[in-house]
Amino acid sequence: MPEWFIPFLLSVVTASTPFVFAGIGELVVEKSGVLNLGVEGMMIVGAVSAFAAGVTTGSGPLAVFTGAFAGAAMALIFGVLTLYLLSNQVATGLALTLFGLGLSALMGHGMVGKTFPGLPHLEFPLLEQIPVIGPLIGTLLLGHDVLVYFSVVLVIAVGWFLNKSRAGMVLRAVGENHNAAHSIGYPVNLVRLLAVLFGGAMAGLGGAYLSLVHTPLWVENMTAGRGWIALALVVFASWRPARVFVGAYLFGGLTIMQLHAQGLGIEIPPQVLAMAPYLATIVVLVIISRDSALVRLNAPACLGKSFHATG
Amino acid sequence: MKLGKKLGLLSGLAAGVMLAATGLAQAADPLKVGFVYVGPVGDHGWTYEHNQGRIAVEKALGDKVKTSFVESVPEGADATRVITRLASTGHGLIFTTSFGYMNPTVRVAKRFPKVKFEHATGFKRADNVATYSARFYEGRHVVGLIAGKMTKSNVLGYVASFPIPEVIRGINAVAIAARSVNPKVTVKVVWVSSWFDPGKEADAAKALIDQGADVMLQHTDSPAPVQAAQGRGIWAIGQASDMKAFGPKSHLTAIIDDWAPYYIERTKAVLDGTWKSGDVWGGFKSGMVKLSDYNAAIPADVVAMAEKARKGIIDGSVHPFAGPIKDQSGKIILKAGEVMDDKTMLGMNFYVEGVEGKIPQ
Repeated sequence: MPEWFIPFLLSVVTASTPFVFAGIGELVVEKSGVLNLGVEGMMIVGAVSAFAAGVTTGSGPLAVFTGAFAGAAMALIFGVLTLYLLSNQVATGLALTLFGLGLSALMGHGMVGKTFPGLPHLEFPLLEQIPVIGPLIGTLLLGHDVLVYFSVVLVIAVGWFLNKSRAGMVLRAVGENHNAAHSIGYPVNLVRLLAVLFGGAMAGLGGAYLSLVHTPLWVENMTAGRGWIALALVVFASWRPARVFVGAYLFGGLTIMQLHAQGLGIEIPPQVLAMAPYLATIVVLVIISRDSALVRLNAPACLGKSFHATG
Repeated sequence: MKLGKKLGLLSGLAAGVMLAATGLAQAADPLKVGFVYVGPVGDHGWTYEHNQGRIAVEKALGDKVKTSFVESVPEGADATRVITRLASTGHGLIFTTSFGYMNPTVRVAKRFPKVKFEHATGFKRADNVATYSARFYEGRHVVGLIAGKMTKSNVLGYVASFPIPEVIRGINAVAIAARSVNPKVTVKVVWVSSWFDPGKEADAAKALIDQGADVMLQHTDSPAPVQAAQGRGIWAIGQASDMKAFGPKSHLTAIIDDWAPYYIERTKAVLDGTWKSGDVWGGFKSGMVKLSDYNAAIPADVVAMAEKARKGIIDGSVHPFAGPIKDQSGKIILKAGEVMDDKTMLGMNFYVEGVEGKIPQ
């Protein structure tokens, strides 16, 4: 095992975790039948809020919570506009991204140049000293920050929620056919609003992970398009939580692998890797679209459609 | 002032009528100087430094000038619109600070012959369009010497943006300088295909560190690589701005772009009526390129060597691209005793000996 192997895998975990959060949040939103293109905007506001809270109070947990809360607050704007004022979801989502980028620049005005120590990692010094297994178990399995473990638990919980719980079935029903769900008495817009808020909180958390763990600093536009990758990820995963997780690590892994490959002198054009996530999404779209049954099985039928209760 | 009046009369465009009135009304007002930025002023890099230059102009010339800026202007059609608006609202001098503003600047300049334009990093000029850029490679030479002395692993890591001559020139300048003091040095380059993506820049830096680099250099705009270096306990060199805050222990020094002296000089020239079009490629000598404070951890003899090189560049006795220079295959591309001319430097598209890998095509 070459020396760079474990640090390489650690970098993959750090690069992938923001995608897991933002992707799984958007998945729940889309399963409820709402398409929120504002992931990038919610992420960046989450990033700046978390960083500001971290620098001001010095408290890691509070910073993380603030990031999630700020993401949810952004999502609330989107939810009210699209669900209750029936604005177009695509346009509103795009506007939310633009708004978020501007707002975060304004909020972060005094934060440029400050630093945050980062979140604590678990450490097992004795365990790490055991040869071969030590670094593998001690560092790779147990040496992450708490948010990484939370992201794994989150994916499992969302999978269980959507497939096994009653509330999750209601959410899916709302996403599949809002008229039918409404006629049997489910509060369509309330369910959707809750899903949108959850999605916002998770996007905010993904942003917080960037500004607190990945690169503990604030600079304008630091999400650099990760929100769009998270959106692509949901389609790539064909709306399955476990696949979002796999996809996130695949996208994150590709990026890190390409950077390492360059250092090792293996030649892959960096531009190709930059477009890989989107290319993969298109390929998956083509594959699943060939089989209409597959699409119907997972893609929410009411995705992007506004619901207006009549009668 | 006269300029405003003339300008007002000039703009016969429908949209200009109202603005022309303003121009006349402000006839006695200070010279209006406009700036067009490609990024936000808070990017902590390229645009940030241009904005510092603008602030310096205001400070130095007080009520004789009035400055304004438009930030985050996309290169292309939007730029034409923004520059036109500045030119038609009484600005006598306009700085457009990104390569992609070249054609828009020249196009607008044709329509406003009395307005002076200054375009950064371009090569198209006109009677009222001057160009200016900085010889960052002079700074790269000095930090290359320092890096060559500070490295223990003899591997320098370089986080690069896009394979354009400007960036390649920086990599080569570092490799040549570092190997002149430590022939065992190699430079590993990782391209991130972005000027600005803190996450990816940090990941690239970590990848380089994992592969043995113990001094991190960068030609991307965020301080993330410096921070990554600090996190892993290796040295780093900042880019465009002083990045010490992001890695107090690691930050050896930073190459700083200082546009203030040039901006003040050119604004004064317009005020005096002595402004002429031209091309300035300034370095240490004109103060356009500077180094931030040296880290106290750098040994005194290394600081002395760095300072000697910096002064040598100023008095002309040192040239970062002095022969003999070999390319990666060992072929001599510049004979001993010769120095590279500006044209070759501006079109540089090859790696010198000591740089690993190939330039992405």
